[in-house]
Amino acid sequence: MDENQRRESLSRIRANWEDKVKKALVKNPERKEFKLDSGLPVGRVYDPLDWEGADYLEQLGMPGEYPFTRGIQPTMYRGRLWTMRQYAGFGAAEETNQRFRYLLKQGQTGLSVAFDLPTQIGYDSDHPLARGEVGKVGVAIDTLKDMEILMDQIPLDQVSTSMTINAPAAVLLAMYMAVAEKQGVPADKISGTIQNDILKEYVARGTYIFPPRESMRLVVDIFAFAGQQLPNWNTISISGYHIREAGSTAVQEVAFTLSNAVAYVQAALEAGMDVDLFAPRLSFFFNAHVNFFEEIAKFRAARRLWARIMKERFHALNPRSMMLRFHAQTAGSSLTAQQPDVNIMRVAYQALSAVLGGAQSLHTNSRDEALALPSEHSVLLALRTQQVIGCEIGVADTVDPVGGSYYLEALTDHIERESLKYIGKIDDMGGAVAAIEKGYLQREIQESAYRCQKEVESGERTVIGVNCFTGGGEAPIELLKVDPMVGERQVARLKETRADRDSKHVSAALQQLRRAAQSGENTMPHILEAVKAYATLGEICGVLRDIFGEYRQQITL
Amino acid sequence: MHNKPIRVLVGKIGLDGHDRGAKVVAQALRDAGMEVIYTGLRQTPEQIVEAALQEDVQVIGLSILSGAHMQLLPPVVDLLKRRGAAEIMILAGGIIPRDDIAYLKEVGITEVFTPGASTRAIVDFIREQLELTK
Repeated sequence: MDENQRRESLSRIRANWEDKVKKALVKNPERKEFKLDSGLPVGRVYDPLDWEGADYLEQLGMPGEYPFTRGIQPTMYRGRLWTMRQYAGFGAAEETNQRFRYLLKQGQTGLSVAFDLPTQIGYDSDHPLARGEVGKVGVAIDTLKDMEILMDQIPLDQVSTSMTINAPAAVLLAMYMAVAEKQGVPADKISGTIQNDILKEYVARGTYIFPPRESMRLVVDIFAFAGQQLPNWNTISISGYHIREAGSTAVQEVAFTLSNAVAYVQAALEAGMDVDLFAPRLSFFFNAHVNFFEEIAKFRAARRLWARIMKERFHALNPRSMMLRFHAQTAGSSLTAQQPDVNIMRVAYQALSAVLGGAQSLHTNSRDEALALPSEHSVLLALRTQQVIGCEIGVADTVDPVGGSYYLEALTDHIERESLKYIGKIDDMGGAVAAIEKGYLQREIQESAYRCQKEVESGERTVIGVNCFTGGGEAPIELLKVDPMVGERQVARLKETRADRDSKHVSAALQQLRRAAQSGENTMPHILEAVKAYATLGEICGVLRDIFGEYRQQITL
Repeated sequence: MHNKPIRVLVGKIGLDGHDRGAKVVAQALRDAGMEVIYTGLRQTPEQIVEAALQEDVQVIGLSILSGAHMQLLPPVVDLLKRRGAAEIMILAGGIIPRDDIAYLKEVGITEVFTPGASTRAIVDFIREQLELTK
């Protein structure tokens, strides 16, 4: 039998089978209509007919080879497990430094810094808008002094560090470089990531400072500077995570993230950079959400789609430019305040989907995060969850172990196809920056979020402990309490640092930065100089606020 | 019974950008027939109170997930009192630990809704409370 005959025969058999099943359904109906987060109905069963015209080499290929569907490395986790990287930060630099050293001692393999909101928005801890926020959702960093304490006794040539910092990314990166220099570690030996993904701040995360086009210029400044000085630094982590948390579907997460990525690539190309010089340092960040197979498919689809975009649209030649490397984090929005211990199970399945989807690094959420910042014990459980997946259950022993599942491949094709439609639509609007300025992404996400909430309230979408199996299991958890005096302590140190520094050096450096920001010269070397003079984050961002102005959020509701 | 629709200010107080909950609640209140003004991100207690008075609302719903609720919510109560508008009901929502909820209710926040709360419950709560105080 040739391929066509085989398909015809299977098609007949399948149709007969469906007929029989439909008759049986009268007596034994199915539980409900099944569908994915993205709305696609889920079929009763999947077979080769659902994987239309699949050409193995074209759609999947070998691991470590184009289009990288099965993974970006040939041996994946057989060589080295993903980086276990728990996002952490609270209080002042001392507390977070302690948490970091605790996590490293427990077998964590990379650091991930959470900054408090004033730091993320470029305000010093004594700014009026910092009231109540200092050290709350992350660590407070005002000057190089704080960064020195944060990284105390952590060897920056051995540990890679990811920093969730966007609008003031250049400032925190400069501080990190300055600390490394003090430790005697040259810039080309440090490795890590800055999030530096400003576009998703306007649509989903909210810690913007400057308007979009001015912000894009700062992003490109970093690409260019790091291209010269920081060969092992990921200059951006283009993030679908927050887009998903804000309520998008899996398809929207992929589509909007890659549309943003396209905008960054275009901005760098317009600034005259060669695609293969900066593209290998682009990295991504996705959400590991609740629908297990849809999520695995999403990671694989994103990888294939990005490889094709880079090769076909941007004519990259270096395979590293086509590899979508990503960090994953389990879904914070899926955690419930009710029966918080149940969150441990949710996190484990979500983490498993990220591993089966080929993540390069992973953060597992803690069970108590719908209630407060995680306690040390809860964080340890979350880290241990990753270690069980990596070391005990065998899923990391072969590459892409679920690849070839008819269901999974059909989903992977579906997510790629649907994402491409969205990307096309955004291209037609003039690209991601224009679409964001029009409020398109914001509205799409908002509508999905509202639909999701209505589904939970109607019971169509099951959330254990919320609309199903409620009551019981409310075991008290000891929550982390951030020292209420942290704000005062931080402000005292800030004042001390301001008094101790060479103020002439500070104002000269800030003056140079102002000139560079105005003239279009790369701002990064001047930010580094200002940081080394112990200029504060608020002073540096203040200069840039003067020149670039501030973004005013548009209300899309 | 209600000739005039209930007017609600939904606000994001503090610096955090998590506006999913605020927007979902705002849409649900609107679908329930209320008039909703949404402030957007990064509002100070002063801005919230100013907007509430200008918009002549009966209810303020404040969303906060940054952990700054103990510092930022009580000033809203105080400012409303000082402006002679203590009758405006204040609700809060977000990641707020149980111990803090007790304190916030003591100082004058009428109710606190945490993750998992249904929009139905919020709508019903507002209607019932306004009925009681009529």
